[in-house]
Amino acid sequence: MTTPNQVLSEVEYDVIGKRPVRPDGVDKVTGRAQYGVDLELTGLLHARVLRSPHAHARIKAIDTSKAEALAGVRAIVTAADLPFAALSREDLGNDYNRFKFLSDNFLASDKALYRGHAIAAVAADNAHIAESALALIDVDYEVLEPVVDVRAAMQDGSPLLHDDLIHTSAMGEISDKPSNVASYMKFEKGETAAGFANSDVIVEREFTTASVHQGYIEPHNATAHWRADGQINVWCSTQGAFVVRANTADVLRVDVSDVRVTPMEIGGGFGGKVSFYLEPVAALLSRKAGAPVKVLMSRTEVFEGSGPAPGSWMRVKMGANSAGKITAAEIELAFEAGAYPGSPVMQGATCAFACYELENGTVSGYDVLVNKPKTAAYRAPGSPQAAFGVEQVVDELCQKLGVDPVEFRLNNAVTEGSRKVEGPVFQKIGLVECLEAARNHEHYRTPLEGPNRGRGIASGFWMNRGFHSSVNMTVNPDGTVNLIEGSVDIGGSRASIAQQAAETLGISYEDIKPQVVDTDSIGYTMVTGGSRTTFATGWAAILAAEDVKGQMVERAASIWDVPSEDVEYDSGVVRHKSQELSFTFKELARQLYTTGGGITGTASLDPTGEGNSFGVHLVDVEVDPETGKTEILRYTAIQDAGKAVHPSYVEGQIQGGAVQGIGWALNEEYYFSDNGQMMNSSFLDYRMPTSLDLPMIDTVIVEVANPGHPYGVRGVGEVPIVPPLAAVANAVGHATDQRLTNLPITPGSVLEARL
Amino acid sequence: MRAIDYVAPTSLSEAVSVLSANGDRARPLAGGTDIIVQLRGGRRELDVLVDAKTIPELNQIEMTDSGLRLGAAVPCYEIYQNQQVAAAYPGLIDAAGLIGSIQIQGRASIGGNLCNAAPSGDSIPPVITLGGEAHINGPNGWRAVAAENFCTGPGRSVLEPGEILVGIQIPAPVANSGTAYLRFIPRNEMDIAVAGVSSSVVLDASGQTIQSARIALASVGPTPILATAAGDSLAGKAASDDAIAEAGRLASEAATPITDMRGTIRQRHHLVDVLTRRTLNIAIRRARGEE
Repeated sequence: MTTPNQVLSEVEYDVIGKRPVRPDGVDKVTGRAQYGVDLELTGLLHARVLRSPHAHARIKAIDTSKAEALAGVRAIVTAADLPFAALSREDLGNDYNRFKFLSDNFLASDKALYRGHAIAAVAADNAHIAESALALIDVDYEVLEPVVDVRAAMQDGSPLLHDDLIHTSAMGEISDKPSNVASYMKFEKGETAAGFANSDVIVEREFTTASVHQGYIEPHNATAHWRADGQINVWCSTQGAFVVRANTADVLRVDVSDVRVTPMEIGGGFGGKVSFYLEPVAALLSRKAGAPVKVLMSRTEVFEGSGPAPGSWMRVKMGANSAGKITAAEIELAFEAGAYPGSPVMQGATCAFACYELENGTVSGYDVLVNKPKTAAYRAPGSPQAAFGVEQVVDELCQKLGVDPVEFRLNNAVTEGSRKVEGPVFQKIGLVECLEAARNHEHYRTPLEGPNRGRGIASGFWMNRGFHSSVNMTVNPDGTVNLIEGSVDIGGSRASIAQQAAETLGISYEDIKPQVVDTDSIGYTMVTGGSRTTFATGWAAILAAEDVKGQMVERAASIWDVPSEDVEYDSGVVRHKSQELSFTFKELARQLYTTGGGITGTASLDPTGEGNSFGVHLVDVEVDPETGKTEILRYTAIQDAGKAVHPSYVEGQIQGGAVQGIGWALNEEYYFSDNGQMMNSSFLDYRMPTSLDLPMIDTVIVEVANPGHPYGVRGVGEVPIVPPLAAVANAVGHATDQRLTNLPITPGSVLEARL
Repeated sequence: MRAIDYVAPTSLSEAVSVLSANGDRARPLAGGTDIIVQLRGGRRELDVLVDAKTIPELNQIEMTDSGLRLGAAVPCYEIYQNQQVAAAYPGLIDAAGLIGSIQIQGRASIGGNLCNAAPSGDSIPPVITLGGEAHINGPNGWRAVAAENFCTGPGRSVLEPGEILVGIQIPAPVANSGTAYLRFIPRNEMDIAVAGVSSSVVLDASGQTIQSARIALASVGPTPILATAAGDSLAGKAASDDAIAEAGRLASEAATPITDMRGTIRQRHHLVDVLTRRTLNIAIRRARGEE
């Protein structure tokens, strides 16, 4: 029934586009890869964190004396140990709120704002003692009423998380009334009201989505050693060692050069390990105890104390004329920020209508505080929620107009030169090519038959990021090259970056030896996130390779005693342009140490030109009418990768994103009790899909080369989670003749809609 | 987690004496798929774990003329890999093959499932509908308890301090009988039943009339429930859709579910009806030798 994964390729390269074995593969499959939990240091202490059992409470007093008296306890810290405790509003001025929120999410000072909020931490000789000590810490809480729903939090009279700290900032204006609405923003293009007046059909609906977790298999962990000379060494599981360095230095009020962060292997992040929770706490414990300290989270702590993606409420209205053209569109989004401001509502707003050529559009969004963990990035943050609403409304417009959903999308698709509602103009993009690949796909051309079955289609957008990256490349005498990078490898980026280096140098992939190193050992490199790593760090590798090539040319010219302009580098061979002189890369490498020394190429860059990504997903489902259970029968995901450097890892990203999106659509949610307690903080009851819940996810890689990258690369990691929520909802809607507007679409909710 | 003692007795009497000496601070350990999770999660505190896997009587699986003697610590995989047992008790195999996951089934036992006494215990309804009996040994000797009376509340059973479940006795299947178990979970594995139902029927020689039936429910009350009225309603009736629908309705009435993160009261009542009808149909087909 399924078709093989396809690559619709435009350009062929020697190394790029091939599927070599990943450099970290052997260590990972043999269990030798070093994760944070594996780290052992002399005199290492083990720490655990005490967390608030209440979703909302004032912390009146913390008594740690009994815990301190327990044998084997070496240090206890609370918010009183953070620099914030010693700073006044006057000291911090306009930075007060930002710095308070940063500090308080590591260790709460005056209020616990969500169940799982860190209150204190204990370092002890072993983890069991640390756990026992937590039970001996007395915290005097004044329990307050929590608010865990975005709409309730926006009502007058809702419990306020930050009392008088937050005043809604809207379009440059700041209100004088305390509120849970941290900010409001709005973009407009054309005349939305007039566009609706010119439409023949209008669909308007409200949607909600639940808080969902990234669900990475490796819990957060951190080890820190605050040495006697003031140097703080940190080992952790992070998507961005330089972010950990910057924020650890910030919250501890030390210089960035005092902090060295070593990223260990990472067991998944999906955006959630851009944020971090433990490192400064481990550092404070280490300073107090005078020894290195390791702190680990349990799965429950990960759910309750680390960032989920925001729950949301949306109202979507779209109009189209009888010719099948969208005349106007409007979306209002309210996203849960969690305990502190900063939901991705802006990204949600700017992605919402990105697939559609709009003359008239309005997007607006609210960033709303609720008593949940501060939301963290999760794969295309904000875009899946917005697409869940928009793509269902588009589906309904197609139903009302009686037009094919792919044709309708093609008829309204953005292309190069289209302007988004909030302003930016698209460069060369591949939405039309993805939609055409969908239309031509055997899946789409095969009618879906049988009762209780439905087919859904949805498209999705993510802008992708550039940002800073650095690479150093050193030529070894055996002709291999050490490639030193700062990008943590989550999805095979060691391979895809090494491939770009090998392609540029014209040498074999196996001769590139990539290594991810600490923040003292490589230039500034932003997070592995934003679908930027293969694009930007790959580009840094290309530039560093070009640097190596230039130096190899100079060296050959010097050996031959000819002008360097007469020497060229071509496909791994340095040769004289007119004389019979040449060195292969390996031949020249062997001579470097005796002809002037080793060669190191370096590059640091902050590239623009990241190409935007689009995806189109097709899904067939069958819904059991008696139980409401949805079975995914078939799934095809189509995506523009620009150029797939390592197609297997692009397919892996597409399949992974689709699977996470299916989980989000069908079962995943934070289930809260009335008093704001998460009731399902385990993988048993937080129901992510298993392999038995899914068919093979077929993929089609479309390659519309990104003109903003030397090899045409576009980021691929995030956009595949955007379409599945709506694609599944559309499919279930067609199978049941019921439009389901609230996520997750559980068997229970399908059943409730029928009973 | 505190340090605790682990004892591996080689005889039933040794196990009973250790359990008796420690009262409610000791528990037998079979597969450990529940108790170790509970200990690690701080949901249970103990001083002693008594390994049931080293006691011969608890690890035997034996088919005789009078039925199946199933040692309390026999793991699920040994049950469904036993051809004789699998042929005689497909309803039991339905449950043994879906508890947890393949890995869990390598350790978890049906005796442990009973002793854990979770309302959602998947193997308990088929043991009930098959007429299973729990054989218990303790400081006062042997006693037997019908499976439907074994659980007394969530996580609670008839076992007194010092007592240990040695085995489960299931009668030999009579002619023209069939049993089935189905549960509803939102995923396809690694999940806890939102509702579970086992049905067993005995048909007459023609295979058209139901002589007797038993229906038992999981996850819809504080303990697994024997839905007596639902089962009895079928006695003497033709194996028809109408009779099955009535049994489904009565089974649904026998459920006393709660609303929690896994499902709502309304959903669970509805699912009991659906699963009762589905399991009755499977049981009838099995009784007729059709599957």
